[in-house]
Amino acid sequence: MNLRLHIWRQTGPSDHGMLRAYNVNNVSEHMSFLEMLDVLNEELIEKGEEPVAFDHDCREGICGTCGMVINGRPHGPLSRTTACQLHMRSFKDGDEIYIEPWRATAFPIVRDLVVDRSAFDRVIQRGGFVSVNTGNAQDGNAIPISKIDADVSMDAAACIGCGACVAACPNSSASLFVAAKIGHLVALPQGKAEAATRAMSMVLSMDAEGFGSCTNHYECEAACPKGISADFIAQMNREFMKSVF
Amino acid sequence: MSFESYIPSGPIEQKWDNYKAEQKLVNPANKRKYKVIVVGTGLAGSAAAASLAELGYNVSAFTYHDSPRRAHSIAAQGGINAAKNYQNDGDSVWRLFYDTVKGGDFRAREANVYRLAQVSESIIDQCVAQGVPFAREYGGYLSNRSFGGAQVSRTFYARGQTGQQLLIGAYQALSRQIGLGKVTMHNKNEMMDLIVVNGKARGIVTRDLVTGKIESHIADAVLLCTGGYGNVFYLSTNAMNCNVTAAYRAYKKGAFFGNPCYTQIHPTCIPVSGDYQSKLTLMSESLRNDGRIWVPKTQGEARGAAEIPETERDYYLERKYPSFGNLSPRDIASRAAKEACDDGRGVGPGGKGVYLDFADAINRLGQSTIEERYGNLFEMYERITGENPYKVPMRIYPAVHYTMGGLWVDYELMSTIPGLFVLGEANFSDHGANRLGASALMQGLADGYFVIPYTLANYFAKGGIEKIDTSIKEVRDAQQQSTEKIQSLLSINGKRTPTSFHRELGKIMWDKCGMARNEKGLSEALIEIPALREEFWQNLTVPGSGEQLNQSLEVANRVADFLEFSELMVRDAVERRESAGGHFREEYQTPDGEAKRNDEEFSYVAAWEYKGEGSKPELHKEQLEFENVKLATRSYK
Ligand SMILES: Cc1cc2nc3c(=O)[nH]c(=O)nc-3n(C[C@H](O)[C@H](O)[C@H](O)COP(=O)(O)OP(=O)(O)OC[C@H]3O[C@@H](n4cnc5c(N)ncnc54)[C@H](O)[C@@H]3O)c2cc1C
Ligand code: FES
Repeated sequence: MNLRLHIWRQTGPSDHGMLRAYNVNNVSEHMSFLEMLDVLNEELIEKGEEPVAFDHDCREGICGTCGMVINGRPHGPLSRTTACQLHMRSFKDGDEIYIEPWRATAFPIVRDLVVDRSAFDRVIQRGGFVSVNTGNAQDGNAIPISKIDADVSMDAAACIGCGACVAACPNSSASLFVAAKIGHLVALPQGKAEAATRAMSMVLSMDAEGFGSCTNHYECEAACPKGISADFIAQMNREFMKSVF
Repeated sequence: MSFESYIPSGPIEQKWDNYKAEQKLVNPANKRKYKVIVVGTGLAGSAAAASLAELGYNVSAFTYHDSPRRAHSIAAQGGINAAKNYQNDGDSVWRLFYDTVKGGDFRAREANVYRLAQVSESIIDQCVAQGVPFAREYGGYLSNRSFGGAQVSRTFYARGQTGQQLLIGAYQALSRQIGLGKVTMHNKNEMMDLIVVNGKARGIVTRDLVTGKIESHIADAVLLCTGGYGNVFYLSTNAMNCNVTAAYRAYKKGAFFGNPCYTQIHPTCIPVSGDYQSKLTLMSESLRNDGRIWVPKTQGEARGAAEIPETERDYYLERKYPSFGNLSPRDIASRAAKEACDDGRGVGPGGKGVYLDFADAINRLGQSTIEERYGNLFEMYERITGENPYKVPMRIYPAVHYTMGGLWVDYELMSTIPGLFVLGEANFSDHGANRLGASALMQGLADGYFVIPYTLANYFAKGGIEKIDTSIKEVRDAQQQSTEKIQSLLSINGKRTPTSFHRELGKIMWDKCGMARNEKGLSEALIEIPALREEFWQNLTVPGSGEQLNQSLEVANRVADFLEFSELMVRDAVERRESAGGHFREEYQTPDGEAKRNDEEFSYVAAWEYKGEGSKPELHKEQLEFENVKLATRSYK
């Protein structure tokens, strides 16, 4: 198939940036979306032009490195699918495709489609852990954990930290990301001791990083490639209230 | 330069205890005076950085990723081994040790492997305490599954995302220390070189990938936790950015490289679909618990899988290896797949595939159980191939997956450069010539959580580390060389892209130094690689500048090292005139096509020393002593 791409080009954080159009021809339906961009980039380099910068690593939907808004949707048209797992069979000959970076105050653009997501790391550093030193642990089977709790915890822990939730939210809120971490840890006995301080400091740090607040649009849940439920946000709010009172 | 494995005295069960009883310690108040650089924050690096910071050392950690949570470890699917024997099925530290030595085709160092099996139990405890949501049974106790090369169920898992959950656990422990100000984290910083002063590793040169700034950092010890080099084959299951640069540049500074030719080809990956292919996707080994592998009995079979009756199918692993069946070790399963396809019985485009069939398991257990066990893997398969594996069997083919080779280390995980320690996949240590499934996660975390905190103290307590600063000649020279290297990559102005060279190198390596190797092909590779390297330095093009994010420059810098390192790999493969584990030399096989070791002559670790540009590297041999496991022909029949 032949495609016309409109890609956001921006040389650095201070540059204004704009959409530029490119044609890519003879795209196979078996290619992944990123492989299609690879083909474009190889052509650009051969012409002496700078290739489109985009983040990626595992190309298996697990590292959370890739992220781009494709035709207005974070990670593109398929639900529960990262950009790296999207294949060209989701498109057809003659399609025009718009490709843009995550847009959020807390995620400044580094170059083209690459943004700086270090705010996520800083929020985790403020409490997204269990305070246990290496060597402190008792036997792994000493505390039985019901399968239901372990499963809920895993549902939340499946977050890959890609930032699609922020990109999808009209307020650029990081609520789903933060709630997933709180939900992962609070479902387990090991995470309960610090539940209150964790909720308090992670929520405050999320605000301090410049993420917006949640006004229940649920766009985050729809955009999340791991299908993390917005119910965790309600739980986070309860945990936060508990920590305040 | 020291080339001595320093295995502690005593019976194997007591060696690690003896070591800990006799080692020197650093007093708590002095620990913060020692600065430790950790390069790489995958499982090994994050675990080490967090644990050392908890102890009070002054830690700086580096990764080229934008966050430690992105390391390649995140992609591990299937699980992590530990000798807990929760299943009461006959497991023990001894058995895990034995399985690992045997699985490695008797090419690993016994003492290291025994220690690994011993600390395996603490790893699970530590991860549970961190909040890793391992799979549980209804009673609330930890669940296990089976992996290849073992007859017990000792693999702990978190759905199909075990690596993710373990890395998140280590990342969170690391984040806690960063938040406390105990670790200085340098994301998006790539190590360009190792700084060696008076024979000791004293720091690194880094390039900030966003600003292009090249800087030097000094320390009292450097830990390389930079992962494996499977991407030398271009196509592999490794993440796109995995590379050999850190290890290779340390090699050029004097660290011996151990067994570079030992690479693992994983039997169950999604087959290549076209020239544009950028990487290969693993289908976890855990699928072999319930999936049955087969090909049609007749060559050139044209019918679809469903139309081929039971009697016309060859379940070749079950047939050839009845006691391990579909759970035969990786090297054996991969070769058997290649054999079937070479015999013209492969399925799918180009005949480069075999079936992994779940029909029996779905009939026996119901689709919902299979979904529960492997749902995310099935989804992943369908996304990539457009086929539904609940309805038609998966098609799989072997692919490069892991590198057992790595920088040579002694029992303390120290390389031949004092003060340079190597952890995780980057070292050569525990897996011999073939790694068993679910053992890499175990080894990375063992090294990081439970070995380095002890052995590093012993190194520091011995003293002799002088005070230096970044103004000395060795530091300035290293920084200057890195700067020049970047400049030279940018100034060739040729016609070919960095990736085009990488792809071509990968093809040479796969064809001539891949699943099966022979003297002729290897000798050809020794001519083709230098020629390609020469072309690279004359005809490469890298647009843009070195002062900003420049991803083609990153690729070029890594491919430059692959183009040198690959030659070392091939040389090692030539010299090892035997077949062992993942290293299959066609000249050395048994009448029924199994790997034929030559213990008399090759029961050693090959440790290569760099001898300067244009000179042949020198081979040193660490003789392996097998005092506890009897050398035997590996049999899974
Ligand atoms: C698809 C897949 C599935 C797997 N499944 C399993 C499994 O189920 N069980 C199992 O036991 N094993 C599995 N493995 C193997 C296992 O995941 C790896 O061997 C292991 O995670 C490696 O961990 P590591 O910490 O050594 O390195 P990595 O996780 O690769 O981390 C390397 C780190 O080094 C950094 N780095 C590298 N070079 C530089 C440099 N020059 N400068 C700065 N930073 C650098 C990287 O940024 C990264 O942080 C799997 C592997 C793959 C590919
Ligand atoms: S590249 Fe890892 S999730 Fe897309």
